[in-house]
This record gives sequence, structure tokens and C-alpha cells, in this order.
Amino acid sequence: MFILKKSKAKFLENLIKIITLISVIPIFLIIGYILYTGIPAISWSFLTEMPSDGMRAGGIFPAIVGTLWLTLGTIIISVPFGVLTGVYLVEYAKDNLLTRIINLTIINLAGIPSIIYGLFGMALFVIFLNFDVSILSGSLTLGIMCLPVIITATRESLLAIPKHLREASLALGATKWETITKVILPAAMPGILTGVILSISRAAGETAPIMFTAVAFYLPFLPLTYWDQVMALPYHLYVISTQVPNMPAAYMSGTLFVLVVITISFNLLGAFIRYRFNSQK
Amino acid sequence: MQCIRKFKDGVMKHLLFGIGVSNIIIIFLIFLFILSNGIKFFNSYSVTDFIFGKKWISLSELYGLLPLLVGSFWVVIVALLIAVPIGILTAIYIAEYASPKVKTFMKIIIETMSAIPSVVLGFIGLYVLSGPIKEMFNLTSGLTALTGGIMLAFMAIPTIVSIADDSLEALDKSYKEASLALGANSVETIFNVLLPAAFPGIFAGVMLGFGRIIGETLTVLMITGNSPILATSPLSPVRTLTATIAAEMGEVVQGSTHYYALFTIGIVLFIISFITNCIAEKFIQKAREL
Repeated sequence: MFILKKSKAKFLENLIKIITLISVIPIFLIIGYILYTGIPAISWSFLTEMPSDGMRAGGIFPAIVGTLWLTLGTIIISVPFGVLTGVYLVEYAKDNLLTRIINLTIINLAGIPSIIYGLFGMALFVIFLNFDVSILSGSLTLGIMCLPVIITATRESLLAIPKHLREASLALGATKWETITKVILPAAMPGILTGVILSISRAAGETAPIMFTAVAFYLPFLPLTYWDQVMALPYHLYVISTQVPNMPAAYMSGTLFVLVVITISFNLLGAFIRYRFNSQK
Repeated sequence: MQCIRKFKDGVMKHLLFGIGVSNIIIIFLIFLFILSNGIKFFNSYSVTDFIFGKKWISLSELYGLLPLLVGSFWVVIVALLIAVPIGILTAIYIAEYASPKVKTFMKIIIETMSAIPSVVLGFIGLYVLSGPIKEMFNLTSGLTALTGGIMLAFMAIPTIVSIADDSLEALDKSYKEASLALGANSVETIFNVLLPAAFPGIFAGVMLGFGRIIGETLTVLMITGNSPILATSPLSPVRTLTATIAAEMGEVVQGSTHYYALFTIGIVLFIISFITNCIAEKFIQKAREL
């Protein structure tokens, strides 16, 4: 048992507050550093030009476009599949061995290191299915990586929908599927959307899963189809900060800035939707 | 009309069942592809040499796991030593002291922290943190397990905070009220009553934070120095399990022993994350039952 004098209790209370401050200060320093070094490096030509001079000059346009392609592909693959799995688990699945196994697999999908997704994507999509290093392979890999978050978000938001909504709809003669698409899903939309946005934002910033499945070191042209390789912002940042000698600092901080703006704004959008919805309730 | 609606309903039911089950197939496929490639490594390399080998030098065909395990170990220790106390105390602050407005603000900050891509943390570690570390400890290079651990602590804190905070908030109010009514002050209540009661949830958060640290790739690839040696302190450059795969897969010949060796590291990581998740899940269940 842990007993304290009043003065010591006050001291510990203050200590907790100071530690909390210590845990949040670094994020402000990091964001501040990225803004301070990044903003002067941004120009219209930096955003819209191809890299040149062995990536030491020019812009990052192909990396931005590549990231957008990969993100779009990830959404197309993970959103329908993830949301429908969530719907199945809440609305249809009975509590039996199979459901428990599905839940266990989802939990484990969530914990697998991202580099393992990269290895798997390379072994299955790139080599075994012969999709090569392409947007398709990368999107499939990232899509599978996003599944657990989207499934969990869908499941939690569906579970939060009160039972009487379902009962009212079924009592009016709607089938189960009509109830789900017209009543339940719209009501659960903010929660699902938040989960989707958060997982997509993470996918947009990931490097390890796309290193061997989607990206090229340097591609001075844009992809035309889903079978093409692309450049992507996170991998580009990795390349220019570790592999290219004498990289101008402004080019690196500009790339850093664009990547962080994309991922953080996704994230703030997700937070905004959630808090707006919560305050309405 | 009625018939079509009923038919559609039935079709969707089976379709959804199929989609649910295909999740099992996906994880089975992941396991199958990692395992089948990784197992082939042992056709040309002995299991004991792999597990107890003290050297990982791909050029000399030496694939010993120990240096990589030691590298991961130091990074994890540093990160957990920083992230666990800070994470739990921050969660206590959010759950017990913060006003509703501050709470919302803190949660957004914590979420933003978890949204920073790992390559960005690697960049910051490389260009901002490694210099001071080099000077402070008088090292030849600032790229060490310590540098990696500090950046990874930043990554684990959001996971630990959000899960520890959830489990503190989920506690029944009566615990706190009873303790305060008995004359305990708020700090005593937190440490004697609330923390022990929320322990399963907090521990689950720590396990998930551990999972993030051990599985993190880009940050450690960029700032831990990339040298697969048996490091005796966190001030030494190291190479983790994940970084080895990321660093070497790009230049490896497909189908060579080296190629399969990287998949074998994948098996090791897979097993670690599987065990971590199962433990975390067990404690989350326990926390829900309370």
C-alpha cells in the first residue's frame, strides 16, 4: 500500500502533469521543424515538375502522383472488403468456432509488421501471380494491410447502433439486407469513415510494404496503367535522405513537408468527423 | 418483386459469409508464403547455425540470427523504458486530471503522433537527433540503438496512451468514489486502486506498443547504424530483424540461400507478433470482463 502526505501527493500530481507535457512536446517540435524547414522549400514548380539531375533538382510530381495512385488502389481494395467483413461479423455471424477464428485472424492481421506484408506481397503478387512490381501489387499489399483497422472500425460502429433501429426496419417488412444498406450502414457511417480515413492515411505514409511490390528508385515519367511501377513520396524521401549523396537540404525538407501534410491532414479530417459526430450525440 | 428482394437477401448472406471466411484465407496465405519460402532456407543451412550463429554476413554466406535479435532487443528495451512510464502517466493525466476540452485536445495530439509516417521519424532521427547523441556520448557515429529506440518510443507512446486511457476510463466510478470516501487522496487512489484495477488493459497496451516497436522497419533501417554485431550496449550501432529484410531484399538474387534467409527472419517476426497479439488479446478480454 502506498500512502502519501499531502505535500507529496501534490508533488506527484505535478510530476504526472510534467511527464504529460514531455510526451506531447516532441510532436510540436517535429511538426515545427517540418513546417519551418519545409515551407520555404515549396514552390509550384517543386510540386509539378519531374525530378532531374539524379533527383537533386526539379520537383516531386511523379512521387505525388504515385502516392495518389497507390492510395486510390488501396481504397478500392480495402474499403468494400473491410466494411463487408465488418457487416458479416456483426449482423450475420453467430458465436461459433468459425467466428472466433475469423476474429483471431483479424487481431493477428493487425499485429503483423508492415515489412512482413511487403514480403508476402512480393512472394504472392509480384512473383507467384506474376503481377510484377506494379501499382496493382502495391495496392493489394497495402489494401490487405488496411483491412484489420477498417474491419474493427466497422464492427465497433455497427455494434453501437441501437437494436430498435434494426427491429423497426424489419418490422416494416424490409429484408435483412435492405435494413443493413438503408438503415444500419448510413447510421454507422461516421465511425466507419473515421476508421477508413485513419487506415488510408497510414497506408499513404508506409514504405516497407511497397519497397518490393510497387515503387521504383527513379522514374522520370508518370504511370499509365495499374501494371506500371511508380515513385511514391515515402519511398522517395527514404531514397533521397539515405541513398543519394550531396542531396540539397531544401529538396529533402520539401518532400518531408508534402508527405507530412498529406498524412496529417487525412488524420485531422478523421478526428474532425469523429468529434463532430460525438458531440452531436 | 417480393421474390427478387428475398433472393437478393439470400445471395448477400452467402456472399458476406464468403467475404468473412476469406479473411482466414488471407492470413493463411500470408503464413503459407512466408513459411514455404523461409523453410527452404534450411535445405542449405543448418537450423542450429541459424539460431545460435553469432555472425550475419551475407557476403560470406553466414546467416546467424543472434546479432539481429540482440539489435532488436536493444532498440526495444530503450523504446519501452521511455514509452511505458511516459505513456502510462500521460494516460493517467488524460483519464483523471484533464478537463473535457483538454482531453479532446490531448487525444487529437496523440492521434497526430501516431499518424507520422515512420520514414519521417527516420528522417528526423537521421538529421536532427543523431548529431546531439553523437556529441553527448562522444561516439564516432550517432546512428545507434539508442537513437532508434528514442524515435520508436515516440511511436509506441500513442498506442500505450490510448489503450491505457481507455481501460482507465472504463473502470466503474464506484472504485474511485469508495477510495476517496475512505480518505485516500487522488494520487493514492490512482496508484492503489485505479492502476491495479486497470492493469489488464494497460498491460495489453504495452504489449501492442511492443508489437509496433519490434515490427517497425523504416525508422530503424535509417538510424540504427545497420551493423549486425553482438552489441553490448545501446550506444552501439545495431541492425534489427526488420531492417535486415528491408536492407537486403532489394539486392538479393531471387531463389538464393540469402533470399530464403530473409524469409526465415520473416517467420521469426511472424511468430513474435503472433505471440504478442495473443497475449495482448487475452488481457484485453480480461479487461472487458471487469
